[in-house]
Amino acid sequence: MFAGEGAGTTLRMRGDAISDRVYSGAITFFALCIPLLLLAIAWEIGVAGWPALHKFGFGFLTSSEWDPVKGEFGAAPAIYGTVISSIIALVLAAPLAIGASLFLSEIAPRWLRSPMGFLIDLLAAIPSVVYGLWGIFVLLPVLRDPVMPFLRDTLHLERTGLFSGPAYGPSMLAAGTILAIMVLPYIASVSREVLLAVPRSQREAALALGATRWEVMWGAVLPYSRSGIAGGVILGLGRALGETMAVTMLIGNRPEIAASLFAPGYTMASLLANEFSEASSDAHLSALMAVAFVLFAITLVVNAIARWLVWHVSRNTSGRVA
Amino acid sequence: MNAVSPPMSPPTRPTLRQRAFSERAGRTLARRRLVSGFMLGLLACAAVLAVLPLIFIFAHLLKVGVSSLSWDFFTQMPKPVGEAGGGLANAIVGTLILIGLASAVGLPVGVGAGLYLAERKGTCLAHAVRFLSDVLNGLPSIVMGIFAWQFLVRPFGHFSAMAGGVALGAMMIPMVARTTEEMVGLVPISLREAALALGYTRWRTSLAVVLRAASAGIVTGALVAIARIAGETAPLLFTAFGNHFWSTSLEQPIAALPLQVFTYAISPYDAWHSLAWAGALVLIALIFIISLIARFATRARFATGGGD
Repeated sequence: MFAGEGAGTTLRMRGDAISDRVYSGAITFFALCIPLLLLAIAWEIGVAGWPALHKFGFGFLTSSEWDPVKGEFGAAPAIYGTVISSIIALVLAAPLAIGASLFLSEIAPRWLRSPMGFLIDLLAAIPSVVYGLWGIFVLLPVLRDPVMPFLRDTLHLERTGLFSGPAYGPSMLAAGTILAIMVLPYIASVSREVLLAVPRSQREAALALGATRWEVMWGAVLPYSRSGIAGGVILGLGRALGETMAVTMLIGNRPEIAASLFAPGYTMASLLANEFSEASSDAHLSALMAVAFVLFAITLVVNAIARWLVWHVSRNTSGRVA
Repeated sequence: MNAVSPPMSPPTRPTLRQRAFSERAGRTLARRRLVSGFMLGLLACAAVLAVLPLIFIFAHLLKVGVSSLSWDFFTQMPKPVGEAGGGLANAIVGTLILIGLASAVGLPVGVGAGLYLAERKGTCLAHAVRFLSDVLNGLPSIVMGIFAWQFLVRPFGHFSAMAGGVALGAMMIPMVARTTEEMVGLVPISLREAALALGYTRWRTSLAVVLRAASAGIVTGALVAIARIAGETAPLLFTAFGNHFWSTSLEQPIAALPLQVFTYAISPYDAWHSLAWAGALVLIALIFIISLIARFATRARFATGGGD
């Protein structure tokens, strides 16, 4: 009887060991799913885009001829549009986001901090397509009537070449503006986190030296959190580069490189959104896949840099606090 | 040191130079204060400007959306151009089906990966997975859609709800994995040790004790992830594709609220524009309800934590 019980226990323990191994294998498998998914994305899109990349070579990135009928594919206008619209977005959003998070972490009274932070975070919860809808019916008319003529005629900025030409509405400027609103919460939330991680002693030291409140921020807080904020901005850049729906609805979708921000343009993401389901030939499809691959590669690099910067900061600060 | 500091001189009236210096210091202090005040004002303006778009968007959404919302919107099918009325019943149901599919794909993998990250903290794979999940999280959603098309639409030759669900589910994985890791990390190690000491096997400890203790937090994380993918349009363009008819089949193209809002928004018809606004309002309401539930789930966790 005792022997039987002992055998049962051993058996159960062996069963436990096996089930433990199964569990361990299962979670390892799930963890491996993430790198595998990334690899699968790169592989599938890369292989499908390879014919176009191979055929057009480097010219795929520099040629601005995008003509599915003639079978000529150059992604330069889309790459240009992606970069320019993202730069506009960052130029508009980064100062606002950093300023707002400085205000929230350094100046605002305590009762204002969390509701205002919550409101800014809410911007990230709005779907892209709703931004696009709002952009079409609210932002475009506002840009068309007071803003664009004001920039062009009242401020006489048409001489710079950036703000010239007719103000139709759908344009690089419109896309950049909506992107700015969309990436603002991402930059702001990273900046706020990084600013809150700045040790009190830094601020107190600056105050003790007789710095004004602005000098505390400029001289002590910002230098300390510089690379973390840069990480947040680059994270925002990653978002802006890949944003699809709102940009597709506002940029005008014309595959041309124009100097003026009032002119319509194209981005890689909106090119894909518009043409992918109507790709007529294998060459067209392959060219679109190649565009997707370029977009994938660019955002991959940008995100990796941003993550590295943010992690770098969090590791450093936690080290110093401890 | 070769020079001894001179003895303190008795207080005298400040020399002309000293007076000039202190005056200049006073002037610069005033200027520094002015600059500081100006910059503080500028920062406050930035904060207000950052909140304004949200207020504008919500105000307009409520103003236009509510007026074009009606009971028909929830119960009727889309009508052809020119016929008044019609609703988006199929798109609402389609979105719910897609969310269910995405959760079925994304939650198990995400929670499993999160458990791995929490339990094998220091391993090489854990570091790599943590980094790559952040990178995956930042990938453009349209790239995910194209991947799902290449993977699940092209081989089968037709668009399907399944492909859309998988694309959305894949987007959920990194988000769920990171919150699971965080929440499991919050569970005190003593709880795990107690279970192991009582003779629980490792897997039962992880699943029945640790995961259960962290469950409220994980539910919150999952709901936040669902709220984020519920409004995604780009991954559905070439996978779920949209459908003007009633369809709940996973093999067939399926309608989705964000897709329908997109189609109606870029159409030239006023009736469709108002449907787009109503759709956007319902979509936002759906996302907010999910987020609110997530918030309450967190609160419940803290409440029970205090009660224990």
